[in-house]
Amino acid sequence: MDIAWIQFTPLPALAGGLLIGTAAVLYMWGNGRIAGITTLVAAPLEALLRRRPLASEVARVLFVAGLVAAPLLWRLFAPLPAAQGVTGPVGLVLAGLLVGYGTRMANGCTSGHGVCGLSRGSLRSLVNVLAFMGTGIVTVLVLRLMGLLP
Amino acid sequence: MKRALFAFGSGLVFGIGLLASGMTNPAKVQGFLDLFGHWDPSLALVMGGAVAVTSLGYAALRRRPSALSGDSMSWPAPAAIDGRLVLGGVLFGVGWGLAGFCPGPALVALGAGFGDAWIFCAAMLAGMSLHDRPRA
Repeated sequence: MDIAWIQFTPLPALAGGLLIGTAAVLYMWGNGRIAGITTLVAAPLEALLRRRPLASEVARVLFVAGLVAAPLLWRLFAPLPAAQGVTGPVGLVLAGLLVGYGTRMANGCTSGHGVCGLSRGSLRSLVNVLAFMGTGIVTVLVLRLMGLLP
Repeated sequence: MKRALFAFGSGLVFGIGLLASGMTNPAKVQGFLDLFGHWDPSLALVMGGAVAVTSLGYAALRRRPSALSGDSMSWPAPAAIDGRLVLGGVLFGVGWGLAGFCPGPALVALGAGFGDAWIFCAAMLAGMSLHDRPRA
């Protein structure tokens, strides 16, 4: 292992993290709910799939709309940060399916189990975080051993 | 109305935080998971900063009887640590490592017009639907 000092951006990372935490607290303070993106996306989606009325899902849809709208607000003040893809269309589809299915199976992702769950001191969330961090690291190691990473 | 404003506002601040943190860039997320290669520790600071604020905020909100919108405080009920929790995390982690996207940053990157995120989000919604599909 070596630390990629050139890529390491401690201050923006910390500042972004503080904002993410502020948003999670704001959502609990304002609406009494956990800011878990998996449920915020999947609950309205499930209502659609089961042809249930969307009236009870308005807040969740609006939270997701806020996420999607964030770059539009950002762009008024500064150029968007660069984004560099790491896999092709087949990899993206496979990864999307795995992330969608897995986060629903475990009922949470980096936000619900990661940020919110760890902040509540939930052992259950810690177990999930260790599982996805673990396989994430192993997956990247495998990609590296296959010579697929720079 | 209050509920709608809090929801949209929280999503917006969450998204700005993700953009500021650099986590909407898949290469940066994959760099964090590249522990045995060229490790970029940034994500640890994002998570640390977020958990620091959230744990303090949640502790302060614990005794509130209701939220500002008038809604009840919906703290998650204790649930079992079971195979689904672990297997779900395992599957999610493989996808996360492969593409460098998790749900939140993918949605923000979609809003930024990043084509990779559009493909990923479409597949993610399909994966969620596959899990949640009504079974006859």
